[in-house]
Amino acid sequence: MKKPGQNLKQHPSQSEGLISERTNRLSPSGIRKFFDLLANMEGVISLGVGEPDYATPWHISEAAVKSLEKGYTMYTSNSGIPELRQETVRYLKEKYSIDYDPFGEILMTVGVSEALDLAMRAIINPGDEVIMPDPHYVAYDSCVILAHGEPVMVPTSQENNFEVSAEDIEARITDKTKAILIGYPANPTGAVMSRQKLLDIAGVARRHQLTVISDEIYARLTYGVEHTCFASLPGVRENTILLGGFSKAYAMTGWRIGYAVAPKEIIAAMTKIHQYTIMSAPTMAQVAAIEALKTGESDVVEMVEDYNRRRLIIVKGLGDIGLSCFEPHGAFYAFPSITCTGMKSEEFSEKLLMEEKVAVVPGSAFGQCGEGYVRCCYATSLAEIEEALNRMGRFVKKYRK
Amino acid sequence: MLKDILKILENDARTTSQQIATMTGTPVSEVNKIIEQAEKDKIILKYKTVINWDRLEDEQVWALIEVRVKPEPEVGFDSIAERIARFEQVRSLFLASGTYDLLVVVVGKSEHKVADFVSQNLAHIEGVQGTVTHFVLKRYKDDGEILEGGEGVKRQPVIL
Repeated sequence: MKKPGQNLKQHPSQSEGLISERTNRLSPSGIRKFFDLLANMEGVISLGVGEPDYATPWHISEAAVKSLEKGYTMYTSNSGIPELRQETVRYLKEKYSIDYDPFGEILMTVGVSEALDLAMRAIINPGDEVIMPDPHYVAYDSCVILAHGEPVMVPTSQENNFEVSAEDIEARITDKTKAILIGYPANPTGAVMSRQKLLDIAGVARRHQLTVISDEIYARLTYGVEHTCFASLPGVRENTILLGGFSKAYAMTGWRIGYAVAPKEIIAAMTKIHQYTIMSAPTMAQVAAIEALKTGESDVVEMVEDYNRRRLIIVKGLGDIGLSCFEPHGAFYAFPSITCTGMKSEEFSEKLLMEEKVAVVPGSAFGQCGEGYVRCCYATSLAEIEEALNRMGRFVKKYRK
Repeated sequence: MLKDILKILENDARTTSQQIATMTGTPVSEVNKIIEQAEKDKIILKYKTVINWDRLEDEQVWALIEVRVKPEPEVGFDSIAERIARFEQVRSLFLASGTYDLLVVVVGKSEHKVADFVSQNLAHIEGVQGTVTHFVLKRYKDDGEILEGGEGVKRQPVIL
């Protein structure tokens, strides 16, 4: 008799084709090593997170608890609970004056992550190119690759506040280009885009008949500037997929609830994939999201005020210790340059962790243009930010070239 | 600007003027001036710390005392309230609508001491018609802080 597991030895190893080529292509993770290092250390101040430091406002959690008590434990419609779709559409109309049909033009998803994946799979044919800024959120290129597409990078830089220019995008358009993927306010840079620059991109998309996927998960976290919703620009509606969610604004990362809004044909295609892979977003999370939309506005305003205070402290602090940092007007990240130390961003992050027990994320994890920078999340207590800045100051002083 | 500064200080009285200056985009000298003025104007009364004395097993007895009073002509409840407020044992004092008039929060070393305060001091104040004393059995939340919380939210140390 064969022992269980014996067969495994007969399986081809990675190089022999067990794992699909496109999966092997996904950026992994030189950074994995760094995570493992971190997992076993104590006394670390982490500026490496990517989520709020608040718990979900209790009235939102309570709505979900109550729904469980009432027995809301079954699947919902594939598209999501009708009331949630209606509330989301109402919210988008109120905030950005955009009009979508709650029955056919919106899909509730398992976070923006799922929405992004669905959008790519719904529109990409093998070999299609998707243009995106570099640096960018780690899932952007991966989702394109998983959908058999080719990510095409547009470099952005600190000199231009990490805004992506329409000109640079247009220069990379080929006959294979299918879409432009943007995400502002941006992870990892904290950059926002001016309305004019978005209009320019809309112009390029229209001229070349490209779809624009706009990931606006950080839409509510802007400071001193107003967020422009890409879908609200004139003439873009038919070719825009807007992605949004609840994680960052309402401190609901663990609930995994987001949405996509787009014209009927696109949402129908995305819903088809969603129906076969997910069925429906978690019911309790959908109920919580309804509560968030109905009565969570004051929570958002208060949290944003508080992030802003910490943002100002960290940006000034980074400048004071000699790390040049453009002023990020969105999300909860600062993205300082570390080139004054002569180190690569991975080396910097690893040494900083080992010597001063401060965790930051190497900018290179977010694309080649992130090299020379580190991502510092300021969604952590003021005391921790100050202490992290002290430690980083000592570190920079030591290695400054 | 004053409101912003007050919000910051109310949340953490140890926030430095330097930090407040950065957070509000105001020069430090200006921040200091605003704070000093607020202190003068009795907008800022005191800087204090929220402490859970129960963790030290330090005996501290809290009582909520309902007081019914006969309002005096012209001054209403105010002059009686002012008299009650003078006692150091009185932590807080509110005029409330409903079945009683004043709610007195008293903190004492022992139940005995609190009872003494009621019978020796409070009950004898002219105009006090009756009192009902509720001893606090457990404080769950005070000044917006939950006293016996769980472990708090644990986040993954790195999330991309």
